[in-house]
Amino acid sequence: MSNDKRPVVSIDSWSKLRQYTPARIALGHSGTSLPTKPHLEFQLAHAQARDAVHHALDIPALDETLRSRGHATIVLGSRADSRPTYLQRPDLGRRLNDDSVKLLKSMPAPEKPYDVAFVIGDGLSALAIEENATKFLDVMLPALAGSDWQVAPLCIVKEARVAIGDEVAENLGAKMVVVLIGERPGLSSPDSMGIYMTLNPRTGLTDESRNCISNVRPAGLSYEHAAHKLSYLMTEARRRGLSGVNLKDEAEALPRVNTGSAENFLIES
Amino acid sequence: MRYSHDVGGNRYTFDSLKDLLAKASPARSGDYLAGVAAGDDEERVAAQMVLADTPLSTFLSDAVVPYESDEVTRLIIDDHDARAFAPVAHLTVGGFRDWLLSDAANEASLKALAPGLTPEMVAAVSKICRVQDLILIAQKCRVVTKFRNTIGLKKRLSTRLQPNHPTDDPTGIAASVVDGLMYGSGDAVIGINPATDSIAAVTTLVEMLDEVIRRYDIPTQSCVLTHVTTSIEAINRGAPIDLVFQSIAGTEAANSSFGVNLAVLQEGRDAALGLQRGTVGENVMYFETGQGSALSANAHHGVDQQTLEARAYAVARKFEPLLVNTVVGFIGPEYLFDGRQIVRAGLEDHFCGKLLGVPMGCDICYTNHAEADQNDMDVLLTLLAAAGVSFIMGIPGSDDIMLNYQTTSFHDALYARKVLGLQPAPEFESWLKETGIFEADEEIRLAESLPKPFRHALEHLH
Repeated sequence: MSNDKRPVVSIDSWSKLRQYTPARIALGHSGTSLPTKPHLEFQLAHAQARDAVHHALDIPALDETLRSRGHATIVLGSRADSRPTYLQRPDLGRRLNDDSVKLLKSMPAPEKPYDVAFVIGDGLSALAIEENATKFLDVMLPALAGSDWQVAPLCIVKEARVAIGDEVAENLGAKMVVVLIGERPGLSSPDSMGIYMTLNPRTGLTDESRNCISNVRPAGLSYEHAAHKLSYLMTEARRRGLSGVNLKDEAEALPRVNTGSAENFLIES
Repeated sequence: MRYSHDVGGNRYTFDSLKDLLAKASPARSGDYLAGVAAGDDEERVAAQMVLADTPLSTFLSDAVVPYESDEVTRLIIDDHDARAFAPVAHLTVGGFRDWLLSDAANEASLKALAPGLTPEMVAAVSKICRVQDLILIAQKCRVVTKFRNTIGLKKRLSTRLQPNHPTDDPTGIAASVVDGLMYGSGDAVIGINPATDSIAAVTTLVEMLDEVIRRYDIPTQSCVLTHVTTSIEAINRGAPIDLVFQSIAGTEAANSSFGVNLAVLQEGRDAALGLQRGTVGENVMYFETGQGSALSANAHHGVDQQTLEARAYAVARKFEPLLVNTVVGFIGPEYLFDGRQIVRAGLEDHFCGKLLGVPMGCDICYTNHAEADQNDMDVLLTLLAAAGVSFIMGIPGSDDIMLNYQTTSFHDALYARKVLGLQPAPEFESWLKETGIFEADEEIRLAESLPKPFRHALEHLH
């Protein structure tokens, strides 16, 4: 019997390249397969992403936090009455349930029409909302308070898709809607929040009417940078009377993050 | 035309050919979402029985999407080769299944038959096939394509090296390219999904990949997966583009939602052909598809998602692509709910593509909101490799950090090659062995040390 004590896991000799990318490179190999350690690290990341998808938004806690900051809130729900239904029927997640419509219609009309409604939806990651929504609004809302924006009560919507903001805003009579929503969780980003802005929202609009700010989270786009982008988009949308694809080019004039350079070690001489 | 069938004391009627196809389709969430699926299992089998008795020739006279209003239907009908169809013209769908399973169907007869088949015919027969039929029949087909190497030969499995990075950082991309090459990945294509779609950004990436391929003398091709019109413009400005990419679907309206039509695809192909960058062949297109894309664009005409997917391969076939990739689990659980549905769909897509003569690969993948995991992907990978899939994806550790989904890793491809005795494209296999990435024996073994040219490139890094 052989007494070979050489390690069976081979380390990849290009491990130092890991500093240049968050990708799972240089994982090593047992035979040609994934060694135990990176295999189980992947399983953990997937479990966390799955938990983020199925985690139910703690609405009372979010509601309490927002109210403690002096914000008026309204709690609503979509027509998807469970997570499995929500996942398979995006159409139901885009519409308010009857009780929610009734609740909004029973609201007293504001003295001046609302300029903007903020809608907070769980989307595909309630974790993203729990981690980021309040912190983002803490940066965003004070900036608006000092301006002439008439802000509607904050609406929290369960089992929500982005488009449900249109129906919420329509019932509130708001001229613009900003939807904060949990994005599809990636393996390395279970907590990513998206922000969608739509001018003149009404039921039935599609994505080309919206502007999107993606990947808002501590390891992604900062709250300050996201608030800066959103303020820019809101101001420009109101000034030019449009949102969506036609506003996109202008928005991209904002400073870009890390475009990198054309240089890299593989083709340097 | 109406169809009906009595089964178990119940009479089932089907309003049209597309209704029959939809209700005969194995259950999947997208068809429920569209409201076209069978109401229950008995109705589904009744539909399959009626479909089995339907003559193949019916599909030539009864279009599921109107000829007058859809250029994909016109392409399918106008390009149909009646002479090639002749050997099976007398068969029903059920009889066609038996023929495909029989010894009459072999590599040569299936190659000759392909131009005589329409997507609806192959979709129909797939609906009455079990998983083992989808594998057995597909592995008889051989679709060989060429650019700088040869894809689709028997006992070969190629991979797309997919070195995506969330900000297109060239060094980050290069790190993933090295990782992939050292694991023997990248013979189908080195293909980047760019985070930024501008012509300048795309050109930067194209030039970088071109230089890597030339510097290390790699017998493969590059692609930056941007809109066909962006590629055309980049070519006009002198960018060294190997393959022109485009997502396509099975109806004119769905393609229109992607901003393309047949004429634009032709322009893209002509632009790439004009560069004459292929060394062993002239297949210059790379297409991606996926069940559910037409429905998500509200352009499905009441047709089930699997039939529409097969129609996308008729679009692909027209432009003689190097690679066609069904991105099977990317779209989400509202179209394919779980591992079971994803596995079946991946095998159907591969089967239909190969019968139509398309160089079919599969992005064996899932998102985190689908009921699927790595085990499901292992199942589909093993089955597709047994079915002779032309290529799969290769990505570091299965985690696409730019598109936020999971696909097959470099390690996964080596598993499939090892278990089924498959090698990369022959030109690439030689390069791997000459460079010292693979040991020069029959078994797949990775070399212990970094090959010299790459050792040199990494020397200056800390």
